[in-house]
Amino acid sequence: MNPLAEKYLRKEALPTIFCPGCGHGSVLNATIRMIDKIGIEDFLFVSGIGCSSWLPVFIKADVIHSLHGRSIAVATGLKLARPEKKIVVFNGDGDCLAIGGNHLIHAARRNLDITVVTLNNYIYGMTGGQMSPGTPTGGKTKTSPYGNNEKPFDAVTLAIGAGATFVARETAASPVKITKTLTKAVAHNGFSFVEVMSQCPTQAGRNIFGKAAPSDLFNILKENAVSKKGAELTSSQFRTGVLHHDEKKTAFRTVNELLKTEA
Amino acid sequence: MWKIDKDQCKGCELCIAVCKNEALKPGKERNSKGYLVPEHISKICISCMMCDLICPDMAITVTREKEKCEKS
Repeated sequence: MNPLAEKYLRKEALPTIFCPGCGHGSVLNATIRMIDKIGIEDFLFVSGIGCSSWLPVFIKADVIHSLHGRSIAVATGLKLARPEKKIVVFNGDGDCLAIGGNHLIHAARRNLDITVVTLNNYIYGMTGGQMSPGTPTGGKTKTSPYGNNEKPFDAVTLAIGAGATFVARETAASPVKITKTLTKAVAHNGFSFVEVMSQCPTQAGRNIFGKAAPSDLFNILKENAVSKKGAELTSSQFRTGVLHHDEKKTAFRTVNELLKTEA
Repeated sequence: MWKIDKDQCKGCELCIAVCKNEALKPGKERNSKGYLVPEHISKICISCMMCDLICPDMAITVTREKEKCEKS
Protein backbone atom coordinates (compact mmCIF):
# COMPACT_ATOMS: atom_id res chain seq x y z
CA MET A 1 0.00 0.00 0.00
CA ASN A 2 0.99 3.61 -0.57
CA PRO A 3 3.08 4.97 2.38
CA LEU A 4 0.85 8.08 2.60
CA ALA A 5 -2.23 5.86 2.84
CA GLU A 6 -0.58 3.81 5.59
CA LYS A 7 0.13 7.03 7.49
CA TYR A 8 -3.24 8.75 7.19
CA LEU A 9 -5.88 6.07 6.58
CA ARG A 10 -7.56 3.64 8.98
CA LYS A 11 -6.21 0.25 7.93
CA GLU A 12 -9.00 -1.66 9.62
CA ALA A 13 -11.62 0.17 7.48
CA LEU A 14 -9.88 -0.56 4.15
CA PRO A 15 -10.61 -1.44 1.38
CA THR A 16 -12.90 1.54 0.74
CA ILE A 17 -16.64 1.00 0.12
CA PHE A 18 -16.37 2.67 -3.31
CA CYS A 19 -17.10 0.67 -6.47
CA PRO A 20 -14.15 -0.14 -8.79
CA GLY A 21 -13.30 3.01 -10.79
CA CYS A 22 -15.24 5.45 -8.60
CA GLY A 23 -13.88 9.01 -8.75
CA HIS A 24 -14.37 9.52 -5.02
CA GLY A 25 -11.38 7.27 -4.35
CA SER A 26 -9.16 9.56 -6.44
CA VAL A 27 -10.45 12.53 -4.43
CA LEU A 28 -9.57 10.69 -1.20
CA ASN A 29 -6.09 10.10 -2.64
CA ALA A 30 -5.77 13.84 -3.43
CA THR A 31 -7.12 14.78 0.02
CA ILE A 32 -4.49 12.80 1.93
CA ARG A 33 -1.81 14.54 -0.14
CA MET A 34 -3.34 17.90 0.93
CA ILE A 35 -3.38 16.74 4.58
CA ASP A 36 0.29 15.72 4.25
CA LYS A 37 1.18 19.29 3.21
CA ILE A 38 -0.68 21.02 6.09
CA GLY A 39 -0.60 18.53 8.99
CA ILE A 40 -3.42 16.29 10.23
CA GLU A 41 -3.69 17.79 13.76
CA ASP A 42 -5.60 20.88 12.64
CA PHE A 43 -8.39 19.08 10.80
CA LEU A 44 -11.94 18.13 11.70
CA PHE A 45 -14.09 16.41 9.07
CA VAL A 46 -17.86 16.42 8.74
CA SER A 47 -19.93 14.47 6.23
CA GLY A 48 -23.57 13.72 5.48
CA ILE A 49 -25.10 10.62 3.92
CA GLY A 50 -24.25 9.10 0.56
CA CYS A 51 -21.34 7.55 -1.30
CA SER A 52 -19.36 10.79 -1.13
CA SER A 53 -19.90 11.12 2.62
CA TRP A 54 -17.99 7.91 3.24
CA LEU A 55 -14.82 9.62 2.05
CA PRO A 56 -13.57 11.22 5.34
CA VAL A 57 -14.50 8.11 7.36
CA PHE A 58 -11.26 6.42 6.23
CA ILE A 59 -9.03 9.29 7.40
CA LYS A 60 -7.31 9.00 10.81
CA ALA A 61 -8.81 12.25 12.16
CA ASP A 62 -11.91 13.32 14.07
CA VAL A 63 -14.92 12.73 11.82
CA ILE A 64 -18.66 13.31 12.27
CA HIS A 65 -20.80 11.23 9.92
CA SER A 66 -23.96 13.30 10.36
CA LEU A 67 -27.57 13.32 9.11
CA HIS A 68 -28.59 13.48 5.45
CA GLY A 69 -28.13 17.03 4.19
CA ARG A 70 -27.27 18.47 7.60
CA SER A 71 -23.50 18.25 7.30
CA ILE A 72 -23.06 22.03 6.91
CA ALA A 73 -25.40 22.69 9.87
CA VAL A 74 -23.28 20.36 12.03
CA ALA A 75 -20.09 22.03 10.75
CA THR A 76 -21.51 25.46 11.69
CA GLY A 77 -21.97 24.33 15.29
CA LEU A 78 -18.54 22.71 15.32
CA LYS A 79 -16.90 25.92 14.06
CA LEU A 80 -18.53 27.94 16.87
CA ALA A 81 -17.29 25.43 19.47
CA ARG A 82 -13.79 24.96 18.00
CA PRO A 83 -12.94 28.16 16.10
CA GLU A 84 -9.21 27.34 15.88
CA LYS A 85 -9.72 24.12 13.90
CA LYS A 86 -9.88 23.74 10.12
CA ILE A 87 -13.24 22.19 9.28
CA VAL A 88 -13.74 20.39 5.98
CA VAL A 89 -17.19 19.17 4.93
CA PHE A 90 -17.58 16.40 2.34
CA ASN A 91 -20.98 15.93 0.76
CA GLY A 92 -22.53 14.86 -2.50
CA ASP A 93 -24.78 16.55 -5.05
CA GLY A 94 -27.96 15.12 -3.51
CA ASP A 95 -26.77 15.88 0.00
CA CYS A 96 -25.59 19.45 -0.65
CA LEU A 97 -27.90 20.72 -3.41
CA ALA A 98 -31.21 18.93 -2.76
CA ILE A 99 -31.91 18.27 0.91
CA GLY A 100 -29.13 20.49 2.29
CA GLY A 101 -29.51 23.34 -0.21
CA ASN A 102 -30.71 25.79 2.42
CA HIS A 103 -27.77 25.10 4.71
CA LEU A 104 -25.36 25.72 1.84
CA ILE A 105 -26.75 29.14 0.88
CA HIS A 106 -27.00 30.34 4.47
CA ALA A 107 -23.46 29.24 5.41
CA ALA A 108 -22.27 31.05 2.25
CA ARG A 109 -24.30 34.16 3.19
CA ARG A 110 -22.68 34.26 6.67
CA ASN A 111 -19.25 33.68 5.13
CA LEU A 112 -18.43 31.12 7.80
CA ASP A 113 -14.80 29.97 7.81
CA ILE A 114 -15.32 26.36 6.66
CA THR A 115 -14.48 24.42 3.49
CA VAL A 116 -17.25 22.56 1.68
CA VAL A 117 -16.25 19.92 -0.89
CA THR A 118 -19.18 18.73 -3.02
CA LEU A 119 -18.60 15.58 -5.04
CA ASN A 120 -20.99 15.80 -7.98
CA ASN A 121 -21.48 12.44 -9.70
CA TYR A 122 -24.75 13.40 -11.49
CA ILE A 123 -26.89 10.80 -9.65
CA TYR A 124 -27.98 9.34 -6.30
CA GLY A 125 -25.55 6.44 -6.43
CA MET A 126 -25.97 4.69 -3.07
CA THR A 127 -29.76 4.38 -3.16
CA GLY A 128 -29.88 2.86 -6.65
CA GLY A 129 -29.59 5.54 -9.32
CA GLN A 130 -32.40 8.06 -8.82
CA MET A 131 -32.44 11.49 -10.52
CA SER A 132 -30.55 14.16 -8.56
CA PRO A 133 -30.29 17.97 -8.96
CA GLY A 134 -27.00 17.34 -10.76
CA THR A 135 -28.43 15.04 -13.47
CA PRO A 136 -27.94 16.64 -16.91
CA THR A 137 -30.96 17.41 -19.14
CA GLY A 138 -32.02 14.30 -21.06
CA GLY A 139 -30.22 11.93 -18.70
CA LYS A 140 -32.05 8.62 -18.28
CA THR A 141 -32.14 7.38 -14.68
CA LYS A 142 -34.29 4.94 -12.71
CA THR A 143 -36.75 7.73 -11.80
CA SER A 144 -36.61 9.51 -15.18
CA PRO A 145 -36.86 6.64 -17.71
CA TYR A 146 -37.83 8.99 -20.61
CA GLY A 147 -34.98 11.42 -19.92
CA ASN A 148 -34.66 14.23 -17.41
CA ASN A 149 -36.60 17.31 -18.59
CA GLU A 150 -35.20 19.62 -15.89
CA LYS A 151 -32.08 21.76 -15.95
CA PRO A 152 -29.28 20.68 -13.56
CA PHE A 153 -28.15 22.93 -10.70
CA ASP A 154 -25.02 25.01 -11.36
CA ALA A 155 -23.60 24.70 -7.84
CA VAL A 156 -20.71 27.10 -8.46
CA THR A 157 -22.96 29.97 -9.65
CA LEU A 158 -25.28 29.29 -6.71
CA ALA A 159 -22.41 29.57 -4.22
CA ILE A 160 -21.09 32.79 -5.80
CA GLY A 161 -24.59 34.29 -5.77
CA ALA A 162 -25.12 33.35 -2.13
CA GLY A 163 -21.89 35.12 -1.11
CA ALA A 164 -19.16 32.46 -0.85
CA THR A 165 -15.69 34.01 -1.05
CA PHE A 166 -13.66 31.13 -2.52
CA VAL A 167 -15.38 29.10 -5.23
CA ALA A 168 -13.66 26.52 -7.44
CA ARG A 169 -14.50 23.52 -9.58
CA GLU A 170 -12.29 20.57 -10.49
CA THR A 171 -12.74 17.09 -11.96
CA ALA A 172 -11.72 13.78 -10.44
CA ALA A 173 -9.61 13.26 -13.59
CA SER A 174 -7.06 15.90 -12.45
CA PRO A 175 -5.79 14.82 -9.00
CA VAL A 176 -2.89 17.31 -8.84
CA LYS A 177 -5.27 20.23 -9.39
CA ILE A 178 -7.61 18.96 -6.66
CA THR A 179 -4.74 18.87 -4.15
CA LYS A 180 -3.69 22.43 -5.07
CA THR A 181 -7.24 23.81 -4.98
CA LEU A 182 -8.05 22.13 -1.65
CA THR A 183 -4.85 23.54 -0.12
CA LYS A 184 -5.90 27.05 -1.23
CA ALA A 185 -9.48 26.53 -0.05
CA VAL A 186 -8.41 25.40 3.44
CA ALA A 187 -5.99 28.34 3.76
CA HIS A 188 -8.69 30.86 2.73
CA ASN A 189 -10.32 32.78 5.60
CA GLY A 190 -14.02 32.60 4.74
CA PHE A 191 -16.51 30.24 3.13
CA SER A 192 -14.76 28.05 0.54
CA PHE A 193 -16.80 25.94 -1.85
CA VAL A 194 -15.13 23.36 -4.11
CA GLU A 195 -17.23 21.31 -6.52
CA VAL A 196 -15.50 18.15 -7.77
CA MET A 197 -17.08 16.48 -10.80
CA SER A 198 -16.66 12.74 -10.34
CA GLN A 199 -17.43 9.61 -12.35
CA CYS A 200 -19.89 6.95 -11.18
CA PRO A 201 -19.45 3.84 -13.37
CA THR A 202 -22.11 1.80 -11.57
CA GLN A 203 -25.12 4.15 -11.79
CA ALA A 204 -24.44 7.33 -13.82
CA GLY A 205 -22.15 5.54 -16.27
CA ARG A 206 -24.58 2.79 -17.19
CA ASN A 207 -27.77 4.90 -17.17
CA ILE A 208 -26.87 8.46 -18.21
CA PHE A 209 -23.77 8.05 -20.37
CA GLY A 210 -24.35 4.49 -21.59
CA LYS A 211 -20.78 3.45 -20.78
CA ALA A 212 -19.77 1.31 -17.84
CA ALA A 213 -15.97 1.40 -18.24
CA PRO A 214 -14.36 3.85 -15.76
CA SER A 215 -11.75 4.86 -18.37
CA ASP A 216 -14.48 6.02 -20.83
CA LEU A 217 -16.19 8.13 -18.17
CA PHE A 218 -12.79 9.49 -17.18
CA ASN A 219 -12.26 10.67 -20.78
CA ILE A 220 -15.77 12.26 -20.88
CA LEU A 221 -14.89 14.29 -17.75
CA LYS A 222 -11.61 15.39 -19.33
CA GLU A 223 -13.34 16.48 -22.57
CA ASN A 224 -16.04 18.44 -20.74
CA ALA A 225 -13.70 20.34 -18.42
CA VAL A 226 -12.72 23.77 -19.80
CA SER A 227 -10.02 25.59 -17.85
CA LYS A 228 -9.37 28.37 -20.39
CA LYS A 229 -10.87 31.70 -19.33
CA GLY A 230 -13.49 33.23 -21.67
CA ALA A 231 -13.79 30.10 -23.82
CA GLU A 232 -17.28 29.36 -25.17
CA LEU A 233 -19.03 26.36 -23.69
CA THR A 234 -21.33 23.76 -25.21
CA SER A 235 -24.29 22.46 -23.17
CA SER A 236 -22.36 19.53 -21.64
CA GLN A 237 -19.17 21.46 -20.82
CA PHE A 238 -18.31 23.26 -17.57
CA ARG A 239 -15.59 25.64 -16.37
CA THR A 240 -12.87 24.44 -14.00
CA GLY A 241 -10.30 26.16 -11.81
CA VAL A 242 -10.67 28.88 -9.18
CA LEU A 243 -13.74 30.79 -10.41
CA HIS A 244 -14.19 33.35 -7.62
CA HIS A 245 -11.79 34.58 -4.94
CA ASP A 246 -12.67 37.55 -2.72
CA GLU A 247 -10.23 38.26 0.12
CA LYS A 248 -11.74 41.61 1.17
CA LYS A 249 -14.99 40.33 2.69
CA THR A 250 -14.58 39.57 6.42
CA ALA A 251 -15.31 36.09 7.72
CA PHE A 252 -18.14 35.36 10.18
CA ARG A 253 -17.53 36.33 13.82
CA THR A 254 -19.84 35.67 16.77
CA VAL A 255 -21.38 38.52 18.81
CA ASN A 256 -19.07 37.65 21.73
CA GLU A 257 -15.98 38.04 19.56
CA LEU A 258 -17.24 41.36 18.19
CA LEU A 259 -17.92 42.71 21.71
CA LYS A 260 -14.43 41.63 22.83
CA THR A 261 -12.74 43.54 20.00
CA GLU A 262 -14.89 46.66 20.61
CA ALA A 263 -14.22 46.80 24.36
CA MET B 1 10.43 1.53 -8.49
CA TRP B 2 6.80 0.58 -9.22
CA LYS B 3 4.98 -1.49 -6.63
CA ILE B 4 1.38 -2.66 -6.38
CA ASP B 5 -0.46 -4.02 -3.37
CA LYS B 6 -2.34 -6.76 -5.21
CA ASP B 7 -4.98 -7.31 -2.51
CA GLN B 8 -5.93 -3.60 -2.45
CA CYS B 9 -6.46 -3.41 -6.24
CA LYS B 10 -10.06 -3.43 -7.52
CA GLY B 11 -9.12 -3.77 -11.20
CA CYS B 12 -10.73 -0.49 -12.35
CA GLU B 13 -7.96 0.09 -14.94
CA LEU B 14 -7.87 3.87 -14.32
CA CYS B 15 -4.08 3.59 -14.06
CA ILE B 16 -4.01 2.15 -17.61
CA ALA B 17 -6.24 5.01 -18.87
CA VAL B 18 -3.99 7.65 -17.31
CA CYS B 19 -0.62 6.20 -18.41
CA LYS B 20 0.81 8.32 -21.25
CA ASN B 21 3.64 5.92 -22.05
CA GLU B 22 1.55 2.74 -22.19
CA ALA B 23 3.75 1.17 -19.54
CA LEU B 24 0.72 -0.51 -17.98
CA LYS B 25 -1.46 -3.13 -19.65
CA PRO B 26 -4.50 -5.20 -18.57
CA GLY B 27 -3.27 -8.13 -16.52
CA LYS B 28 -4.11 -11.82 -16.64
CA GLU B 29 -3.42 -12.59 -13.00
CA ARG B 30 -6.29 -12.46 -10.46
CA ASN B 31 -5.93 -11.32 -6.85
CA SER B 32 -7.65 -12.80 -3.78
CA LYS B 33 -10.93 -10.97 -4.59
CA GLY B 34 -10.95 -12.06 -8.24
CA TYR B 35 -10.01 -8.73 -9.84
CA LEU B 36 -7.50 -8.57 -12.70
CA VAL B 37 -4.36 -6.76 -11.50
CA PRO B 38 -2.60 -4.60 -14.19
CA GLU B 39 0.82 -5.59 -15.51
CA HIS B 40 3.76 -3.20 -15.47
CA ILE B 41 6.48 -2.93 -18.11
CA SER B 42 9.42 -1.40 -16.25
CA LYS B 43 11.49 -0.73 -19.40
CA ILE B 44 9.04 1.89 -20.74
CA CYS B 45 8.00 3.44 -17.40
CA ILE B 46 9.30 6.98 -16.79
CA SER B 47 8.00 7.23 -13.16
CA CYS B 48 5.67 10.14 -13.90
CA MET B 49 3.58 9.06 -10.88
CA MET B 50 0.21 9.61 -12.58
CA CYS B 51 -0.98 6.07 -11.71
CA ASP B 52 0.07 6.66 -8.08
CA LEU B 53 -1.92 9.94 -7.97
CA ILE B 54 -5.09 8.61 -9.62
CA CYS B 55 -5.39 5.17 -7.94
CA PRO B 56 -8.73 5.22 -6.03
CA ASP B 57 -7.59 2.49 -3.65
CA MET B 58 -4.04 3.75 -3.08
CA ALA B 59 -2.62 0.39 -4.12
CA ILE B 60 0.18 1.74 -6.36
CA THR B 61 3.43 3.20 -5.04
CA VAL B 62 5.96 4.86 -7.34
CA THR B 63 9.33 5.87 -5.95
CA ARG B 64 11.78 7.80 -8.07
CA GLU B 65 15.36 6.55 -7.99
CA LYS B 66 17.83 9.41 -7.82
CA GLU B 67 20.80 7.51 -9.26
CA LYS B 68 18.87 6.43 -12.34
CA CYS B 69 17.89 10.05 -13.08
CA GLU B 70 21.45 11.35 -12.76
CA LYS B 71 22.91 8.69 -15.08
CA SER B 72 20.46 9.18 -17.94
